Amino acid sequence: MSTSKYETVIGLEVHVELHTNSKIFCGCSTEFGAPPNTHTCPICLGHPGVLPVLNRQAVDYAMKAAMALNCTIGDRSKFDRKNYFYPDSPKAYQISQFDQPIGEHGWIDIEVNGETKRIGITRLHLEEDAGKLTHVDGGYASLVDFNRVGTPLVEIVSEPELSSPEEARAYLEKIRAIMQYCEVSDVKMEEGSLRCDANISLRPYGQEEFGIRAELKNMNSFRGVQKGMEYEEFRQAEILDDGGVVVQETRRWDEGQGKTISMRGKEQAHDYRYFPDPDLVTLHIDDAWKQRIRASIPELPDARKERYATEYGLPSYDASVITASKPLADFFEESLKYTSDAKAVSNWIMGDLLGYLNSSNLELSGVKVTGQGLGEMIGLIEKGTISNKIAKTVFKEMLESGKLPSQIVEEQGLVQISDEGAILSIVEQVVLANPQSVEDYNAGKQKAIGFLVGQVMKESKGKANPALANKLIVEVLSR
Amino acid sequence: MSLFDYKLSEIHNKMNDGELSPTDLVDQAFKTIQERDDRVGAYLTLDEEKARATARRLDDQLIAGGDRGLLFGLPVGIKDNIVTDGLRTTCASQFLSNFNPVYDATVTKKLRHADSVILGKLNMDEFAMGGSNENSSFHPVRNPWNLEYVPGGSSGGSAASVAAGEAYFTLGSDTGGSIRQPASYCGVVGLKPTYGLVSRFGLVAFASSLDQIGPVTKNVEDSAYVLQAIAGYDSMDSTSANVDIPDYLSALTGDVKGLRIAVPKEYIGEGVDASVKEKIMDALKVLEGLGAVWEEVSLPHTEYAVATYYLLASSEASSNLARFDGVRYGVRANNPSNLLDLYHESRSQGFGPEVKRRIMLGTYALSSGYYDAYYLKAQKVRTLIKRDFDQVFEKYDIIIGPTAPTTAFKLGSQVDNPLTMYLNDILTIPVSLAGVPAVSIPCGFVDGLPVGMQIIGKSFDESTVLRVAHAFEQHTDHHTKRPNM
Repeated sequence: MSTSKYETVIGLEVHVELHTNSKIFCGCSTEFGAPPNTHTCPICLGHPGVLPVLNRQAVDYAMKAAMALNCTIGDRSKFDRKNYFYPDSPKAYQISQFDQPIGEHGWIDIEVNGETKRIGITRLHLEEDAGKLTHVDGGYASLVDFNRVGTPLVEIVSEPELSSPEEARAYLEKIRAIMQYCEVSDVKMEEGSLRCDANISLRPYGQEEFGIRAELKNMNSFRGVQKGMEYEEFRQAEILDDGGVVVQETRRWDEGQGKTISMRGKEQAHDYRYFPDPDLVTLHIDDAWKQRIRASIPELPDARKERYATEYGLPSYDASVITASKPLADFFEESLKYTSDAKAVSNWIMGDLLGYLNSSNLELSGVKVTGQGLGEMIGLIEKGTISNKIAKTVFKEMLESGKLPSQIVEEQGLVQISDEGAILSIVEQVVLANPQSVEDYNAGKQKAIGFLVGQVMKESKGKANPALANKLIVEVLSR
Repeated sequence: MSLFDYKLSEIHNKMNDGELSPTDLVDQAFKTIQERDDRVGAYLTLDEEKARATARRLDDQLIAGGDRGLLFGLPVGIKDNIVTDGLRTTCASQFLSNFNPVYDATVTKKLRHADSVILGKLNMDEFAMGGSNENSSFHPVRNPWNLEYVPGGSSGGSAASVAAGEAYFTLGSDTGGSIRQPASYCGVVGLKPTYGLVSRFGLVAFASSLDQIGPVTKNVEDSAYVLQAIAGYDSMDSTSANVDIPDYLSALTGDVKGLRIAVPKEYIGEGVDASVKEKIMDALKVLEGLGAVWEEVSLPHTEYAVATYYLLASSEASSNLARFDGVRYGVRANNPSNLLDLYHESRSQGFGPEVKRRIMLGTYALSSGYYDAYYLKAQKVRTLIKRDFDQVFEKYDIIIGPTAPTTAFKLGSQVDNPLTMYLNDILTIPVSLAGVPAVSIPCGFVDGLPVGMQIIGKSFDESTVLRVAHAFEQHTDHHTKRPNM
């Protein structure tokens, strides 16, 4: 990639669906996955004569999200109509916010390669989602599902201050974490409750003026976001290297083909004809309302990360990984109700838990293990009831069944053998059966001990206390 | 004499005495409709079977006794831009010629709740755009006083049906004069309430910041009754005002002693027919005789009102009417070659020329690069117009002038010149922009055609508007005259 000559400039527009009970302007449910067009009414279907009535919970959530992103909340906010024709929009306009958004002038900190960088947030505004189109194979028809239409969304617009696809991804992950902590959204990219468009341009280093940008859509996963932008970075650099000019246009990331494809040019750009929606009144947000929302904001990822480092002495990296996901951080804290060894909990999360989730492509909610289970299991290791090795088996079982470790240990007879007599008899058998190793040991090959311990563990089905086995083997061999 | 010449209170007394039943009233309505409506053209859809069934139910209720709604047994026609569950609602547009709503407008519910009997849906200018009812895409409405003349618009069917005795009362909608101007042309009482007094939920939007539903009746007392039944806060309409609704009937005291009347010089000056002005002057004398005083005042921004209105109303309309795209309801063009073609053909075929003209005007005014010069500027002028009214109302109780500069004009005489047509609303539009209430009541005749007087009040002061109108009516007989059909 020839980006070394160019500085990449990225700004993101992130859409987050708010998980209010009902839609933003009517009483329909916002539940995901219902049969098509079952969560609809004349209002969200835009029938003639209907009027919107604003859902206060959506405003509460939007304010909460805006405050968590360090935005300033104005005293007044209003709604505007964004006019465009498309079958996913039953009124042929979207109720959005143009010049008086809920929040403005925010920021978040992101961390890339150990460096912390502050990214400005231009604005956060509240709007309604559109319906969902499905194009029938062969292109003879399109189907539309209006269940999603009217779901409240916030659009979070960043300043063009992201300098690489990696930073963009870190920014998006941070937004997701903050929304998750605020409990205003499910933020699931695969279900579309978190979506991201990007404006990306290149300019020679040192140039103040921005290059010509492309708007990038259809990046449906965190990986897609990074890959899409990496491709776009490469594509634009090639054009510039060849002395060409980047075309201002909207492009679509095609995951299958691994490239971006032009959707529409500047001349086909919509004129949305924004104007204040005369069906809605200006929102007056007083201090009491702001204070009520501010008081509802929980500890956010940065604060939690800081606390994990100071309170538990976790390495910065571990603390970052664990606090990047609220369910994971909650799991961590739940475990600590059952053990005081935070480092051990962190190790198990970073290693066995995340390893399993990543390899099976699962979320924490997709496995059954509980914080209590992990905490108690670490307690059993500390007490010597089970070995670290047995613990791996127990943990696997907890992932699948959600049973508590004591129950698993009992059911499967996994209690560690720490009775010297019992281990000694196994050791004697093993020594007899492996004369070669005894010879090796006597010849000064310390490695032989390890082999013999392995044999003892094998004979005891992993239950022998390994330290004790080691000690007894040395004793037997030195007789 | 028609049963509909009785006042509402008289009808209720007769029903109490067993002299009259809801079915008698519905019979009267359909008999007159049958005799006259092929000449007047006020109705687009009749719901005779259901109306008769409702009347029979109310007959039984009358005999059984018990509580009765405020509008018990009264046959009502509803303008065809107010939705009625299961009853075709077209907005007088081919686009919606097959459209059956799945819900009731709030006012429709209130009419049902008040025990009135819905006869059918009334003709209008397509999507309420027009002042002559010639823009109906089905057929025009004719003025019962002279069938060669227009009834006014856009609520032409609402006014003509009351004048012709084809409904006891009707509902219309007023965006820039659409209740008052046809009421004036047809010699009936048409009230535009304060913006926000009557719920707009279920009124197919033309210009959301201006639209108001109001009653058309034969006299002021009936107007007060109907207003009482339909006014009030509605949680389904965010622009609905959460105000206490007074008892409008008790406001009709007949007393206007000491009332301070303002007469804007712009409303009796250039462009207003001398004969119309004369009738207004006569009316002022009547009110003077009752102890009121009047003075000439100025509403200096009146001359900008029409331009302001056509920018704002058309801008809102361009967005409100975008949902008619042929995709989900209404008429869809056959065999479109692609999505854009579907939109283009459905809208080209579905909308009439006046609707297209306003959609284009509004789309242009909102376009990038023009917004500040047109829409935003118009909003600022609207504020100035509002301020004109506020200032006058600091010193006066009421504003009086003509409703329209002329009496009704001949069918076809203005269709080629939309600008002349727009100027018919020059005296009603400023009131709509200010959002204040106004009623048009009959105050005389010129060459056999009615003249309307417009009585304009402060925001939410319908009581004073109705009191003045009622007092005038008590001492004149214009409202008792009926067209000879």
